[in-house]
Amino acid sequence: MNTTAIKAPGALARFFDGDVWHSFKSSPMAITAAVIAAVCVFCAIFANWVAPHNPFDLAAVNLSDSRLPPAWIEGGSRTYLLGTDDQGRDILSAIMYGARISLFVGVASVLVSMVVGVGLGLLSGFAGGKVDALIMRVCDVMLSFPSLLVALLIDGIGRAIFPNAHDTLAFGVLIVAISLTGWVQYARTVRGSTLVERNREYVQAARVIGVKPSRIMFKHVLPNVMGPVLVLATIHVAAAILTEATLSFLGVGVPPTSPSLGTLIRIGNDFLFSGEWWITIFPGAMLILIALSVNLLGDWLRDALNPRLR
Amino acid sequence: MLAFILRRLAQALVVMLSVAFIAFMLFQYVGDPVASMLGQDATPEQRVALRAELGLDKPFPVQFARFVGNALQGDFGLSLRQGRKVSALIAERLPATLELSIAAAVIALAVGIPLGVFAALKRGTFASQVAMTVSLLGVSLPTFLIGILLILLFAVTLKLLPSFGRGDTVSLGGWTTGFLTVDGWKHLILPAITLSVFQLALILRLVRAEMLEVLRTDYIKFARARGLPNRSVYFGHALKNTLVPVITITGLQLGALIAFAIITETVFQWPGMGLLFIQAVQFADVPVMAAYLCLVALIFVVVNLIVDLLYFAVDPRLRIEKPAGGH
Repeated sequence: MNTTAIKAPGALARFFDGDVWHSFKSSPMAITAAVIAAVCVFCAIFANWVAPHNPFDLAAVNLSDSRLPPAWIEGGSRTYLLGTDDQGRDILSAIMYGARISLFVGVASVLVSMVVGVGLGLLSGFAGGKVDALIMRVCDVMLSFPSLLVALLIDGIGRAIFPNAHDTLAFGVLIVAISLTGWVQYARTVRGSTLVERNREYVQAARVIGVKPSRIMFKHVLPNVMGPVLVLATIHVAAAILTEATLSFLGVGVPPTSPSLGTLIRIGNDFLFSGEWWITIFPGAMLILIALSVNLLGDWLRDALNPRLR
Repeated sequence: MLAFILRRLAQALVVMLSVAFIAFMLFQYVGDPVASMLGQDATPEQRVALRAELGLDKPFPVQFARFVGNALQGDFGLSLRQGRKVSALIAERLPATLELSIAAAVIALAVGIPLGVFAALKRGTFASQVAMTVSLLGVSLPTFLIGILLILLFAVTLKLLPSFGRGDTVSLGGWTTGFLTVDGWKHLILPAITLSVFQLALILRLVRAEMLEVLRTDYIKFARARGLPNRSVYFGHALKNTLVPVITITGLQLGALIAFAIITETVFQWPGMGLLFIQAVQFADVPVMAAYLCLVALIFVVVNLIVDLLYFAVDPRLRIEKPAGGH
């Protein structure tokens, strides 16, 4: 036995001994979803090394290999496991690179909307009064429109303001568009929990000993309202990835030079009628796989963190 | 009740005015209408003249009032891309979108509610689990993928249904309808199903959850104890009490149908407003975007008002109590 074992257990040890981990181990659904999500994320992040080809290396792409079917169909080649698109790019590699862009946009949008939403929610719940009323009215208006419409609108405005936008700027506009539609849920959730926490004894105690309001907000209240936010964020990642795919499919998403899964589906859609279904279907399947596994993880996390369900 | 309606009307007005303001700001600060109308080689005098003619030299509130006045008459100016009146463009496309959305809403309600009731009553059976799994897929699958899969199956592989456009339409005093021709119906099937899938799955899950909740309550037990037949317990007592949240979500989703129609219309090249809007976004065609925004906001506000009024029809408790705000 090491002497460190006697010390208070670290965060990691506490996690593996905690309820959440036990609930994870006893849920085959959660494990399956986690494994699928982990594989997808791994392939996406390390696409440079994992992907069999580099679909964006023009020297390596051969036009004579274009529109090859998947390997198991007659005419397919083993070099291109899932076939090739109209420019001879390997579909499997394009999916991995595309998933990276999809995940990047999805996670970035969720982070931005989480920061904005949690901040405004805390402020709203803590300050109350006119600030609260104003923020909540804005939330009401935002909620009464479908997020896709708001994202499209912001995207359109972005396009109109920067007509010759550079690729990086296009990414920025897209992320802002998706995150500006997502923050409302965080704000409402955090505001609700803040209203409850604000009257707890520990907050009053902190007030009595003269802790600054901003410190109470971030140091004391924030950690206690983060549980539901994490659940929301998990499910939101899937939603953000789907929104990004939808926008890209509609042709107003990521720049065409860095195709996401939605862009790949859009490209493949043109070849549906000439029988080359694999150009569309495989990126679509990857998109569903990611969205479904992340959603299932989010569902499980919600149940695991909800004390009433235990 | 009157006070409630008045308050709701005032709220609706505020929403509409803020949307109009956003649309106006779009006009004002996104792109220069003078530059886009005159082209690059106009003289400064021409610019000033056009500015005065368009009223762009007036103070801000005057311009906003003019904008609202014009918008109320349906005048949003000319499309930057097509050079035609925006109101004419939208009037042309509106019937296609409305017919598609209505067809999808009917499918979603007509299939979703019975399936939801079924899944709640036959809870745990194989059939209801299949319904739940499929509905989970329906909620998770992006609309455009559903459309592509349907096209692949029914149009490309089976060659049963068309997948492009509206087919033959009949014009009834400016309103083009596809409901009157066989070809129009055939063209409607795939897009309408695509558009309805998400709402259908949502309604199914919602009805099921609400039914399960209600079936546990005391008055259902009392109804059974009184010896009422199952049919009347389920449909007369239980289903009726699940309807309030169902109406809320369905009403809000009706607006979402119009938003999702953008995707469906792109997939099926359905010549509706959504397709017009997406082209406007691609080309930064501000007048069309602003007009679409105002129109959709109006539809939303009206639908929400109707939903609020329906509460009173469905739930007698609300006629006495003050309705709880928010969710």
